[in-house]
Formats: sequence, C-alpha cells, structure tokens
Amino acid sequence: MNDIPLSSLLPGQRAVVCGSSATGETRRRLQDLGFIQGASVACLGRSPLGDPSAYRICGAVIALRAEDSGRVMVAL
Amino acid sequence: MTAPLAVRKRADSDRIVALAGNPNVGKSTIFNALTGLHQHTGNWPGKTVANAQGWCSFRGSGYVLVDIPGCYSLFAHSAEEEVARDFLCFQAPDAAVVVCDATCLERNLNLVLQVMEAVPRVVVAVNLMDEAERKGISLDLGLLSRRLGTPVVGTAARNAHGLDCLMSALEGALAAPPRAAPAVSYPDYIEKGLEELVPLVEPLSGPASPRWLAARLLDADDSLTGSMIQFLGRDPAQSPAVAEALTGLRKRWAGMGIRPQALRDDLAAAFLTRAEALCRDVVCSGGAPDRKDRLLDRIFTSRAAGFPIMLLLLMGIFWLTIVGANYPSAWLSALFARLGDILTHALEVLRAPPVVTDALMNGVYRVMTWVVAVMLPPMAIFFPLFTLLEDFGYLPRVAFNLDRCFHCCKACGKQSLTMMMGFGCNAAAVTGCRIIDSPRERLIAILTNVFVPCNGRFPILITLITLFLAGAGPWAGLRGAVLLAGIIVLGVVMTLLASRLLSGTVLKGVPSSFTLELPPYRPPQVGKVIVRSVIDRTLKVLGRAVLSAAPAGLVIWLLAHVRVGSGTLLALFTAFLDPLGRALGMDGVILSGFLLALPANEIALPIILMSYTSGSALMELEGAALMSVLSAHGWTASTAVCAALFTLMHWPCATTLLTIRKETGSWKWTALAFALPTLCGMAACLLVRLISFLL
Repeated sequence: MNDIPLSSLLPGQRAVVCGSSATGETRRRLQDLGFIQGASVACLGRSPLGDPSAYRICGAVIALRAEDSGRVMVAL
Repeated sequence: MTAPLAVRKRADSDRIVALAGNPNVGKSTIFNALTGLHQHTGNWPGKTVANAQGWCSFRGSGYVLVDIPGCYSLFAHSAEEEVARDFLCFQAPDAAVVVCDATCLERNLNLVLQVMEAVPRVVVAVNLMDEAERKGISLDLGLLSRRLGTPVVGTAARNAHGLDCLMSALEGALAAPPRAAPAVSYPDYIEKGLEELVPLVEPLSGPASPRWLAARLLDADDSLTGSMIQFLGRDPAQSPAVAEALTGLRKRWAGMGIRPQALRDDLAAAFLTRAEALCRDVVCSGGAPDRKDRLLDRIFTSRAAGFPIMLLLLMGIFWLTIVGANYPSAWLSALFARLGDILTHALEVLRAPPVVTDALMNGVYRVMTWVVAVMLPPMAIFFPLFTLLEDFGYLPRVAFNLDRCFHCCKACGKQSLTMMMGFGCNAAAVTGCRIIDSPRERLIAILTNVFVPCNGRFPILITLITLFLAGAGPWAGLRGAVLLAGIIVLGVVMTLLASRLLSGTVLKGVPSSFTLELPPYRPPQVGKVIVRSVIDRTLKVLGRAVLSAAPAGLVIWLLAHVRVGSGTLLALFTAFLDPLGRALGMDGVILSGFLLALPANEIALPIILMSYTSGSALMELEGAALMSVLSAHGWTASTAVCAALFTLMHWPCATTLLTIRKETGSWKWTALAFALPTLCGMAACLLVRLISFLL
C-alpha cells in the first residue's frame, strides 16, 4: 500500500487520507472540510479543462485544484 | 479588523439569536421564513455575505435574529468568517441556532461542536430533511440530541416545516440553565494544559467562553489577536500569568516531542473525530444517495459537453429574453404614450404654465417611462430564468468548469461566482467578492467585476442588437441571442485578460488555495422564484426609475432648454464631447449619455434619445420609431457595435464606485476600477473603427 498525493487519485477511485503537507491557512481549510487522517475520500471527476477535480469527503462534494490536493496524501 | 455587528433590539427583553451554519444549508431560508424578510437565497455557498438581522415574535417574546455569514468552522480564514466568529464568540448572543444540512450532517457537526464550545445555549436545526428523505437518508435526531446534550430539531425550511418546533426548542433552551459540560474533550495532554490555563484566562475573557478562549490561545491563532484587543480591550496572551503558563506548556510539550503543528492538528481533529462518533447510528443512508447528482455532474462538467451546455443555456436564456421582451415593451410604451396624452390634457385643464407642462411631460415623464418600458420587460424575463438556474445549483458548476481559466490568470475560481452576480448588479457583486479569502484575489475580482453587464446595461445591449445587428425575419431572435451571448463571452474574456493584467502588474502574487463546494442539485421552486423575482425586479426597476431617471429627466430637459449664447447647454456639452465621441466611432451625444448616466446606467439610452429629440412632442419609442430617430442622427451598424462595446466596458455606475471605495477603503483602487474598463472600452471602439475603415 503506497501513499500517493490526492491529486493522483483517478476519477472513480477511493482512498483514505493519511496525512497532509499543507501548512497554515490551507491546512486548516482542508481540515475544516474533513480532510483529516482516516477520512475516506473519493475522486468523482475532473473539470472539462482537467483541473480542478471534485472529491467526495464527509458526505459533501468539494472541488480542489491539483496544487492543493497534491498536498494531501492518501492510501489506496 | 472588521467592525463589530450592531444589533438593534425593539425592546430590552428581546433575545439575540445568532443563526450560524455551513454555507448553503438554508440559513437565509430559515431567516426569511421566521422574520418575513426577503434576503436573497440561492443554491450556492456564500450567497449571504452581508449580515442581515430581523425580528420575530413567538408566544409573546421578541427575538432579534442575526443571519451571520456561512462558515465551515470558527477557525476564521476570511474577513467574513471573522465577522461570524467575532459575533458568536465575543458579542455574547443569548443563543445560537446552528443550521445543518441533513444530507451531510457529519461535516456540519464540526461547526456545531465549535459553536457549542463558544456559546452556552445552542439549538441545532437539521435542515433539508425533505432532501435527505428523497435521497434515502434517515436520521435519528433524538439520539443525536441526547448525545449532544442540546435540542436538535429537524426542519425543511423551503416548505416551512419544523419552524414552530425550532422556535419552541429555542424558547426552551433560553429558559434552561446554560449547558456546563464541554462540547468536546481534547487529547489528555491538552486537557491538562487547559486545566492550568482556564482559571488564568477566566478573569480576562469578558463575554467569551474561558475554555474556548484558552484553547484558542494554545492554538496561537493570529487572526484572533485583533479581535481580542477590540472586544476584550487586551490580548490575554500578553498578560504575565497567562504568558508564563503558555510558555511553560509549550516547553513541556516540546520536551514530549509535540510540535506546534501537531498541537494545532489535535485541536482541530478533536471536533472532527467527535462529529464522526456522533454520527454513528444517527445517520443511516441506503446505497448511493447522490446518484442523480453525480449523473448530472457528469453531464454538466464533462469534457465534451460542459462548455457547449454552458453556452447553449446562456443563449437559450437570451433568446427567451429578447423574443419575450418585445411584446410587453411595445404594450408599455403604447400605454405610457396614451397616459402621457391624458396627463398633458390634465395639466392644460389645470392651467399649468406651458413651461412646467413641458418640463414635466417631456423631461421627467418621458425619461421615466422610457426607462420602465425599455428596461423592465427584459429584466422581468431574464432574472427569473437566471434565478431558476441559480436555485437549481448550476452556478457552482460554472465556477468548476471555468476555474482553470481563472487559475491561469492567477485569480480565484470563486471569481466566476462574483462575476455571475454581476449580471444582477455590479455593486452587489462587489460586496459579494467578500467570499474570496485572499485580499489580492478579492481586489482582482472587485476591479474586474464591471466587465459583465448588469441589470441596467443588459437592456441597452438588447435594444442595440435588436435594432441594428440582428436583422429581421424569423431568425432575428436567435441571431440576437447569439450576438448577445457573444458580447457576454467577450465580457468574460475581458474579465480574464484584465485579471491576468492586474496579477502581472499592480497585484502580483501566487494564487492562494481554493476550495469550492458543489452542492446537491435541488428542484427549483418555479412558482416562488418567478413571483419573487418578477416582483423584486419590478420594484427595483420602478424604484430606480423614480429615484434616478426622474431627476435626470429634469436635468436633461433643463440642459436642453437653457440657452447660452448660440446654443443650449446640452448642445454645447455634446459638441464639446463630439470629437472624442467620433474618434471612438460614436458621437458626442452618446458619450454625454454615458457620462450623464453615471448615477444609473439604465438612463443612458433615454438620455441619448432625449438629446436627439429635444423639443419634439411625446412619442412611442418601440422598435421602428426608435430606429428612425437613431438612423436620422447618423447611426449605422458600426455605431451600434461601438456603443454596445462601450456599454459593456466603461466606468462603473456611481453606486458601484462608492461600493468599491467602501470595500477597498481606497480612492486609488476606485480610480483604477474607473479607468480600467474605460480604457478597455476605448481601445475596443478604436479597434472596431480601424477594422471598419480597412473593410
């Protein structure tokens, strides 16, 4: 089981959050939305231009840009 | 630092109740239903940015409800969230109602727990119960209430279900003693630290909860320092005893290998893990509750269809607006012409001096009725349609589709939401830019907002396109819609280019993090939306017609009748602007129309017509008559193109400028907001002239 950045999760895949390298505001914002260790997350799709992507977390759908989701580490 | 909210009570016995909740959970709907006010609601996060308060009574007691902006947590990120946090934590409301989304309860409970830590009396309203039921989610609210130790009420605010239960739960909570048990327990090491810290903080905490404040001091939340000085008169972390305890704790934890980052994570995670535990057995959902939403998302945001659908929807709305507005416009102008004759007769019978009759009828009345006849029908059609899309939940998908473009321009993706708000009113949209966290990106959004045509400019564009560019025949409406959509797309492209220009020059910086919630689709409340937005638009247009068009009509009439030397003031003014106007492919009259319409864009076209026809008798101004007036004054298709471009891109109206001044706190940025679109408009007009010269 390798840890990969959330941004590499393909549409349709599910994973579990195992860490975050974001700092400060971004880290807090992601935590508020439910991106904490142990949370399960699924990639639902990408925007027509390839970025951002939509993720299901905590029962809600949140769109993140790759540079932000790249800081969240997930395990498949 | 933001100004504290001023709460207005009707009687001293009134209770102050804060209405908090995540964005887009229906706080405003509950607020409106309880207070009978009409805060605009829409299916996208961040619709309510300004704070609204209203009054309601229940069983003889008065309540002041304060609708605070939606936020995901009390760990404030943006200026808006700071206002929400400060109100809840420092302004001591008697109680807080935290509104939750029944379809995603767990994330909402995070905020509930945070509010419970800060406010002693909390009632939880689990809203959107109807939507949860439709999605096969069942909730055991009794169990949740027992676990939380606070009343929990299920509501479906859009149908006004459960609001009485909510009010009586609130009444009960206010009568009961405040809850003593802490809302969450932190890991042991933090709890031990709080045991030491809370007694020291207590004498300094004022209206704030000591435990909440102590936890925030451990968190070393910088955004709080200003608020503490503002509301408590001092920063408790600077008091010697507290500072000493904090240093001691940090040293001890450092010895245990706990880094500040880990401490902050533990503080935040306490709420989330508790929320997860609370939801166990409370939420029961069968299968995939949002299959329909995901299917719609796959269509609306798909690589192949996402953009075509966006364009088609835009054109569809424009087509309906253009085709539909013709008839009521014609009726209205015929009606006003007849009414004008009657009024003129009445004035004659009353023996009013001819000059007064002339000023009232050919000045005030004419401009006012033109504004109503030309402006009202398109607005009354466009807005309900747009609001239906908004209610449905399509707008966040547009933001999702367009984000890449804004990202490339180093701007925030939420700018597309504020951009779409601009279709309604640029001034309101400038205030709406508060949903953007980063100050740099917020300024970009504010300065470029005027590139989308508002309420007041739309009908000018529609009129110009219908008369000069769409041609005639059965396909005219469709051609008009395509042209109008083209102009809007140009506005969007200009927004992006201007954003890029700003972020490359005066507003340099890297894009900040961006999170956008894509809410569930909701069946739009067709009847309600149509009635509400037709009434609201009608009132708004009529209000502005009276407030700005009537005085403007009088001013224009005076300018057209006061003679100085050889000509009237208006003639002198337009002659002075004529060289510049002609250089831009228009003329002095058009340019002075735009200038004199600074108070409200709606009156630009009436002023232009008034200048052309000054002195002539009243007449109907629909279609052909309008066309003949303009053609007689040398208008061609190229004049119309230039005027349309200049309508799209010129200075913001006075209200918008004042709002920009208020939001940025700087006349310099306001001046830039004036110059940027104006220069772009001039450049576009010059380009059109050059092209038409070469052809």
